[in-house]
Amino acid sequence: MTKIISAAVLTAVAGTATPSFAETEVQFWHAFTGRLGELVDEQVASFNDSQDAYTVTATHKGNYSETLNAGIAAFRAGEQPHVLMVFEVGTATMMAAEGAVRPVHEVMAGGEFDPEAFIGAVKGYYTTTEGEMLSMPFNSSTPVLWVNRDKLEGAGIDPDTEMTTWDQVGEVLTQLKDAGVDCPMTTAWQSWIHLENLSAYHNVPFASQENGFAGADATLELNGPAQVKHISTLGEWAQDGKFIYTGRRNEGGANFRGGECALFTESSAGYAGIKAEADFAFDVRPLPYWEGAGDAPQNTIIGGASLWVMEGHDEADYDGVAAFLNFLSSPEIQAKWHQDTGYLPITSAAAELTREQGFYEENPGTDVAVAQMTANEPTANSKGIRLGYFDQIRTVIDEELEAVWAGDKEAQAALDSAKERGDQLLRRFEQSTR
Amino acid sequence: MTGTPAAMDKRVTFKGLWLPLLLVLPQIVITAVFFFYPAGQAIWQSLYIPDPFGLSMKFVGLGNFEYLLGDPYYRASFLTTAVFSVLVTVVSMGVALWLAVLADRLIKGSGTYRTLLIWPYAVAPAVAGVLWLFMFNTRVGVVTWYLGVLGYDWNHVLNDNEAMGLVVIASAWGRISYNFLFFLAGLQSIPRSVIEAAAIDGARFWTRFRTIVFPLLSPTTFFLLVVNVVYAFFETFGVIHTITSGGPQQATTILVYKVYADGFVGQDLGSSAAQSVILLAIVSVLTIIQFRFVERRVHY
Repeated sequence: MTKIISAAVLTAVAGTATPSFAETEVQFWHAFTGRLGELVDEQVASFNDSQDAYTVTATHKGNYSETLNAGIAAFRAGEQPHVLMVFEVGTATMMAAEGAVRPVHEVMAGGEFDPEAFIGAVKGYYTTTEGEMLSMPFNSSTPVLWVNRDKLEGAGIDPDTEMTTWDQVGEVLTQLKDAGVDCPMTTAWQSWIHLENLSAYHNVPFASQENGFAGADATLELNGPAQVKHISTLGEWAQDGKFIYTGRRNEGGANFRGGECALFTESSAGYAGIKAEADFAFDVRPLPYWEGAGDAPQNTIIGGASLWVMEGHDEADYDGVAAFLNFLSSPEIQAKWHQDTGYLPITSAAAELTREQGFYEENPGTDVAVAQMTANEPTANSKGIRLGYFDQIRTVIDEELEAVWAGDKEAQAALDSAKERGDQLLRRFEQSTR
Repeated sequence: MTGTPAAMDKRVTFKGLWLPLLLVLPQIVITAVFFFYPAGQAIWQSLYIPDPFGLSMKFVGLGNFEYLLGDPYYRASFLTTAVFSVLVTVVSMGVALWLAVLADRLIKGSGTYRTLLIWPYAVAPAVAGVLWLFMFNTRVGVVTWYLGVLGYDWNHVLNDNEAMGLVVIASAWGRISYNFLFFLAGLQSIPRSVIEAAAIDGARFWTRFRTIVFPLLSPTTFFLLVVNVVYAFFETFGVIHTITSGGPQQATTILVYKVYADGFVGQDLGSSAAQSVILLAIVSVLTIIQFRFVERRVHY
C-alpha cells in the first residue's frame, strides 16, 4: 500500500494524470521525447482505457543513458519503476544485474505470451543462449542505405543503378566525386553500422563466445579480414573525399536531409525524419555487402531499446506488467508503431498486418529493413552483440576509426588497437560481475 | 553567558566555546555534507569494482589506479587536460581583463555595456556547447561557411587542433562574463588619484597599466586564476560532451570528461571513482602551488 501511495505522490509531483487508488499502478520509464514520446503516451493511454485493473504511468527520464542511470539510481534507493527502457548497449549491464531485474520469460510465464511470435533477429538480441527471453523488444531498427535520387540524377547516374555490393557503391562514389558532388556518402553510428552490423551481415564474429552471448570471457574479433577490408576501403574513400565523416552519432542525418549528401548509411528509423524534411526523391536500399567476403548477405542486427522488468515490487504488480507488455506486443499496436516511426515491426504478425493494410505499397522501401533482417535465420555471429562496458568499447572504436578517416592509421593497426583496448575493458567488466 | 575572562590576546574574540562553535557550524556542516562526505565516498569506491546496481562490490585495493595509470591513453589525457586548462584560463581571463579595462574607461553607456557582457554567464554550459557547435558545424555552420569563403576548410570532427580550439572557445566564452565582473570591480576600486598622479608624471596608458593597475589588480587576478583553473578542470564536461564527445580520437578527452563518460554513461563506477580521486589530488596540489608560489607576488 505504501508503494501505491508513494507512487501516487510521485505521479502527483510529476504532474501527470491522477491514478485511481483501486487500480494497481505500473511505473514505466522511457527515453522518448517529441513525436516518439507522444506515440508512447498514446500507447499507454489506450492500454489504460482498455481495462480497469491496472494503470500505467509513463515518465520520460531523459535520453537513453540518462534513463538507464535514473533506473539504476532509483533501484539503489528502492524507488525503481516496474518497467525500464534500456538501449541495446546496456543489455549486458542489465543481464548481469541478477536480483535487480526479473527476466521477461518469468514475468510472462503462465500467460498466452509466445516468444516465437517475435522476429528472430529481434528476439535473439534479448534472449539467452538457452532461448529464454530476458527483456521485451520495444523499438528496434537496423541500418540501411539511404539514397538521394535527385543527387544521383544530377550527377548523370541512373538513380536505379544497382548498389547491392560495396564495389558497386565504390563506382557510384567515383562518378559522384567526378561530377563535383561535395558529399558523395556519409554515415551515422559508425561502429554500429560499419563494424557490428558489417560483421553480422558477413557472418563473421565481432567477438568470441558468440559475440559475448555465451560468456563474459569474450574477446573482440573485430580485426578480421572482412572488417579490415571494409574499414581500409572506407579510409581510402575518406582520403579521396568520397566518404565524408561528420561525427560519432547521427550528425550526418542533417547533411543527408538537407540534400547535400548522395548516399547515407543510417538506421531504418531515420525514415520519419527523412520523410518529413527531405525535399528530394529518396530511396531505401538494403545495406551493401562485400561479395566474396565472409558469408554475405546473412542478416543485419538491431539497435534500439528493450523493456526490462525491475524486481522489488508486490507480486500482484507483475500481473499488471505482464498485461502491459502483452498489450504492447500485440499486432495492432506494433503495426501502428512500425508505420508511424520506421522502427521494425517486432513480431511477424505486425509485419503481416502492415502488409495487409497496404502500407508497404504506399510507402515503397519501408519493408527493405524487414526483409534484410529476416532474410536468413540468425547465426551465432548475427544474433546480436552482448558485451559489458559496450559504451566505452564503442568510444574506443570511434577513436580508432577517426584515426583511419584522418589518415593517421592503417585500418589493420587501428582495429588491432581497438581489439586490444576493448579487451581490457571486457576483462574489467568480467571482474565486476564475478 | 558569563565566561571567565581568560587570558586573551588583542584580537576580537568571542567568549566561551559554544557561541563561536555555533557560528561556524553552518559552514562546517555544509563542508562536511557537500564536500567531505562525497569525497570520502569517492575514495572508498575507488578501491572497489562495484556492480552498478549496488548488488555486489569487489574489493580490488589499488587495482583501479593500476588499471588507469597503466593505460597510455589515460596518461595522455593528463597532457590534454593541461593544455585545455591553460588555454581556457588564459583566454577567459585575458579577454575579460581587456573588456574590463575598456569598460572602465567608458563614460557613457557603461551600464548597458556591462549588462550585455554579463549575459553569457546565464547560459548553461551544455547550451553554450550547442550554440558553438551550430556555428562551427562542419557542413552547415555559419562560421564554417565564412571560413570556407576565405579558403579555410574547417573540420573539427577530424582535426585535433580545431577541435581543441573549439571546446576552449566554448568553455572560455561563458566564463568571460564572470571574470569581467570581478576585473571591473577590481579596476574601479583602484584609487583614481594614484593613476592621475602617474599620468601627471608622464606615464602613458600602457606604463600605468603595467606598473600600477596590474599590480593593484593582483588579488583579483589571483582569485580568478584559482577559480578558473578549478572551472576548467571540473565543470567543462557538458561542453565537451555536446561538441566533441572527447574526439577526434582522444584530442579533447580531458580528465573530467572521462570521469563523466565512464561513470555516468558507461556504468564503470570503480574506474570513475578512482579518476575523481586522481582529479581531486591534482587540483589540491595545483591550489597549494598557487597559494604558496603565486600568492607571494600578490599585493593586497
